[in-house]
Amino acid sequence: MQNYIIRRIIHIIPVLFGITIITFGAMHLAPGKPTDLMTDMNAKVSAEAKNRLAQLYGLDSPWYVQYGRWLMRVARLDFGASFRDGKPAISKIAERLPATLLLNILSIIFILIIAIPIGVISALNHNRFIDRAMTVGVFIGFSVPAFWLALMLMILFGLKLGWLPISGLHSLNAGDLPPLARVFDGAKHLVLPVFISAFTGLAGMSRYSRSSMLDTLHQDYIKLAYAKGLSRRQIVVKHALRNALLPIVTILGLSLPALIGGGFIFETIFAYPGMGRLGYEAIMARDYPVVMAVGTIAALLTLAGNLIADITYALVDPRIRYK
Amino acid sequence: MIKLYFGRFTKNKLAFGGALLLAALTLCALAAPLVAPYEPAQQDLTHRLMPPSAAHLLGTDDLGRDVFSRLVYGIRISLTVGFVAVGIATIIGTLLGIVSGYFGGIVDVIIMRAVDIMLCFPTFFLILLVIAFLEPGIYNVMIVIGLTSWPGLTRLVRAETLSLRHREFVQAAELLGLSRRRIFLVHILPNVISPVIVSATLGIADAILTESGLSFLGLGVQPPGSSWGQMLTAGKDYIYVAWWLSVFPGIAILFTALSFNLLGEGLRDTLHSRQ
Repeated sequence: MQNYIIRRIIHIIPVLFGITIITFGAMHLAPGKPTDLMTDMNAKVSAEAKNRLAQLYGLDSPWYVQYGRWLMRVARLDFGASFRDGKPAISKIAERLPATLLLNILSIIFILIIAIPIGVISALNHNRFIDRAMTVGVFIGFSVPAFWLALMLMILFGLKLGWLPISGLHSLNAGDLPPLARVFDGAKHLVLPVFISAFTGLAGMSRYSRSSMLDTLHQDYIKLAYAKGLSRRQIVVKHALRNALLPIVTILGLSLPALIGGGFIFETIFAYPGMGRLGYEAIMARDYPVVMAVGTIAALLTLAGNLIADITYALVDPRIRYK
Repeated sequence: MIKLYFGRFTKNKLAFGGALLLAALTLCALAAPLVAPYEPAQQDLTHRLMPPSAAHLLGTDDLGRDVFSRLVYGIRISLTVGFVAVGIATIIGTLLGIVSGYFGGIVDVIIMRAVDIMLCFPTFFLILLVIAFLEPGIYNVMIVIGLTSWPGLTRLVRAETLSLRHREFVQAAELLGLSRRRIFLVHILPNVISPVIVSATLGIADAILTESGLSFLGLGVQPPGSSWGQMLTAGKDYIYVAWWLSVFPGIAILFTALSFNLLGEGLRDTLHSRQ
């Protein structure tokens, strides 16, 4: 088991390098410099001043040299200072990270609670009406543009019905509320973002649990259990469900990039104070240090999630460890 | 053979429905000038923000342009983005998958590592980054979506190729001294093509959704072009007074993506149960 974990951790390193190199390269190969944003509006800026500014931010050397420098600094956990307000990029992220983690963890829990029962019930009623109805639902789920759904729900629940707040994580007067009311206030703000963020993963996950359950139900040991005269309930709960749900752990790990990637658009729509919105704003402002920091942390989160998924899988299924 | 497939396919009502919907959409896109009652860019400032009526089926926008006509022309953009992006991804994915599975060794290790990297990327972040830093626009959107969505397919094709490599007909072709190119094109490609077709069909739906998201953020089609995502962005500002500007483009995106998803799933069932 220890060997397995060490091997998996070593596997992470080249992937992390790859992701940071691509992010860095993509950013720097694009025409124009972030300093242009500061100087373009000012006709009085001379070419020489522009160069001085670029030098100040270390933008005058080739991108791979800059990448090397960036790497050296990151090794000391220094992600540099934001071009916009001079605050350290890492503290900007630290401010936003808890909100993003909260959103993603709640989404994952929500996905599991909803998607697995849908998939299992579908599989148990294979080709009957309820399976078909759920299949249609799942396909509509695959096809809905989530940002549009977000917009529609904001109108319906936020504006027409007035049940839910549509932006931010707290009401303006949250500071004056008693503790319990404050928690309730936060929960109300989370309903729509969590639902939309989970929504994109729901369809895939329920489809996957359905086919995994269908596969399992056709296994020989299930037939044996039937032959032994066990009740259907016993067979489903004790024999089928456990085996069918094992691979779900892995799929959950694989769905993380989509979840985190989705954050960049949903957090922006809901004005949610998370890392995704920070990343979006940094990209739009060409704030290199913050973009790199957000990219690296997002990749780390994904890889850590995958690692946890793989280790959990290896723990519950001993066959995996020896591959 | 084809008859068999066709019979099996039409029996699958959902998939058949998807195919019909897609055919209708394609027809509308090709015959857009005939289907659309107005020019998509034709402004009529005396009829701004009109609700749906007999004259304007789905209402008009803030410049008095007919929403229905703009939606009809929007099909062209969505389908083009879908096909071009997926075309790029399919060529890259199939090629890398065959090469990786056939040669194995160091080539395989490198390609699979690249796949790992791409699969761990929050792809939307990368797409956002590249588009924002390059020029926002429809061509960049197509290319970037294409360049970022090949890894899943590569894995799939590699696995198929691995199992084909040791089959007798491939070994025979090697013994006959056929060129690599010929072995790839004539002996391996036809045998991996069905999962490729399925994944491409499902990929088009994804590409259309991604494009609409990017256009919604203002990074896709630039005005005065009319992409559905961009219509949604413009409509968002009038959401209190003109709901139809935000509702209908979303439904259009939903149905187009749905038609490809249903078709793809139907093809999977049809082609998969061959053995």
